[in-house]
Amino acid sequence: MPYLLLAPQMVIIAIFFLWPAGEAIWSSFYLEDPFFGTATYVGMENYSDALTASDYRRTAIFTAIFVTLVSLLSLSIGLMLAVSADRVLRGKSTYKTLLMWVYAIAPPVAGLIGVMLFDQHIGPLVDFAAVFGWDMRIGVNYWDTGIAMIVVATWKQIPYNFIFFLSGLQSIPASVKEAAAIDCKSENRRFWTITFPLLAPVSFFLLILNITYAMFETFGLIDLIVKDQPGNSPVTLVYKVYRDGFRGNDLGGSSAQSVILMLLVLALTVVQFRLIEKRVHYN
Amino acid sequence: MKKSRAIYDHVVLLFGVFVMMGPLAVAFMTSTFDYVTIHKEGMQFGFGGHFLETYSTVLNKQSGFTGEVTGWLMTKNSIVLGVGFALGKIVVSMLAAYAIVYFRFRAATFCFWIIFLTLLLPLEVRILPSYEVVQQMGLLNSYTGLILPLIASATGTFFFRQFFKSIPNELLEAARIDGAGPVRFFFDILIPLSKTMIAAIFIIMFVVGWNQYLWPTLMTTDESYFTLVRGIKQIMQNMIGADIPKYNEALAMAILAMVPPALVIIIFQRMFIKGLVEQEK
Repeated sequence: MPYLLLAPQMVIIAIFFLWPAGEAIWSSFYLEDPFFGTATYVGMENYSDALTASDYRRTAIFTAIFVTLVSLLSLSIGLMLAVSADRVLRGKSTYKTLLMWVYAIAPPVAGLIGVMLFDQHIGPLVDFAAVFGWDMRIGVNYWDTGIAMIVVATWKQIPYNFIFFLSGLQSIPASVKEAAAIDCKSENRRFWTITFPLLAPVSFFLLILNITYAMFETFGLIDLIVKDQPGNSPVTLVYKVYRDGFRGNDLGGSSAQSVILMLLVLALTVVQFRLIEKRVHYN
Repeated sequence: MKKSRAIYDHVVLLFGVFVMMGPLAVAFMTSTFDYVTIHKEGMQFGFGGHFLETYSTVLNKQSGFTGEVTGWLMTKNSIVLGVGFALGKIVVSMLAAYAIVYFRFRAATFCFWIIFLTLLLPLEVRILPSYEVVQQMGLLNSYTGLILPLIASATGTFFFRQFFKSIPNELLEAARIDGAGPVRFFFDILIPLSKTMIAAIFIIMFVVGWNQYLWPTLMTTDESYFTLVRGIKQIMQNMIGADIPKYNEALAMAILAMVPPALVIIIFQRMFIKGLVEQEK
């Protein structure tokens, strides 16, 4: 009986997850010839090629910066908005609705709107940056493009964190809040000693989701911002896997990068679970 | 003290709303102008007179090589993908979660870890081999090939696992005493109890499905399977070559791709948020 229930899930996972993942691992050890379809075993060569390429290192550094900034910024802004939205008495649901809206937007759609707003020719944000003497050149200047990506990716992720933090705040029992209010007058201190620790499980959960988002789901957003032809523009590691595999026809190299990414995510999750589970209080 | 805090809260929230909704408002307003004006004057902060014109062009104009792709067709494909993905995911993951939570069997831990693994390695990482597998199965340019590989990740199973675990064991015992078998328990107790949860997940997954980009981009080369979000890429590619890009049509397309999922989460807001809250317990 349980096997029967699990069957659909396991079959789909086996065909569309385990098999491709296995194939990625297999082909990462081979050099494939796209014209003749032959494959030669090359051992770890694909890995060493990938890791020593300066291009790869540059992409890895950008990805690290991108993921860190997007996660931290969207988490903190989401939390700040949620704390205020939890406290206000008037207009609560209007605020909530308006702040949630962007959750529904697809990353590439956010990317398209970002491209327009940061457009050299028509974009108001470029004009805005120019007020401060900043000549933003998206698609030309490496860091200008990177900053635009970070801004759009953060913008897109704020509602997600906002919704989770707000529901987390609202699920704190009134009795706890009242008891805290009696014991401690300073609202700031109350927030950091009572509310924040109570939000810890949500935050932990969100941190993982945010890192996953920034690493993987931003693909569409980046694809739009670099306009499908990332000459000198910064991209994330995931984008590079796609580019090398589909555009560069470098199957082995792309697979090796996939595998490195898989290991990275695995390691990250294990570390996170170990580190944070000690401090998080699950109810 | 209280008052100043309330003012602070409103300022923070208003600024938040400005930042979140501002870009969308500008995008919408700009889409109601004609593209020459946009090209000359930049994005617009008011309403132009070309709303109907632009949107009906985007919805009805036949484009692409075959000349058969309209905005309506893409909308239909988006709905198929969104609904198909959400339903498929709910059915598959409810069954799996039911097995994991309520049955004791040898491979349980093993299966759990396999399912957990899928959370760690999103489709984007194994995109190339996934493409090859689907190609070998002859599923390129089909709804099945579009939807099934996306269901392989286990987020839904985790949602339901958490929820089932929060259901008191007494219910199971009571059902057992009354002579209900596992099938009966599932249909008569678990499903009615999970109604809100199912609705919430449906909403979330519909939005996720609707918003898929990379997978549909790779595997639908046949334009009659394009979704709205996939169409965004097409529009971007058309814009690159043009002397004066059709900014208005691109933005109108973005608005069209955004409004349905946004309406869904706004209309079912309470259910959607409740689902998230329940999941935390």
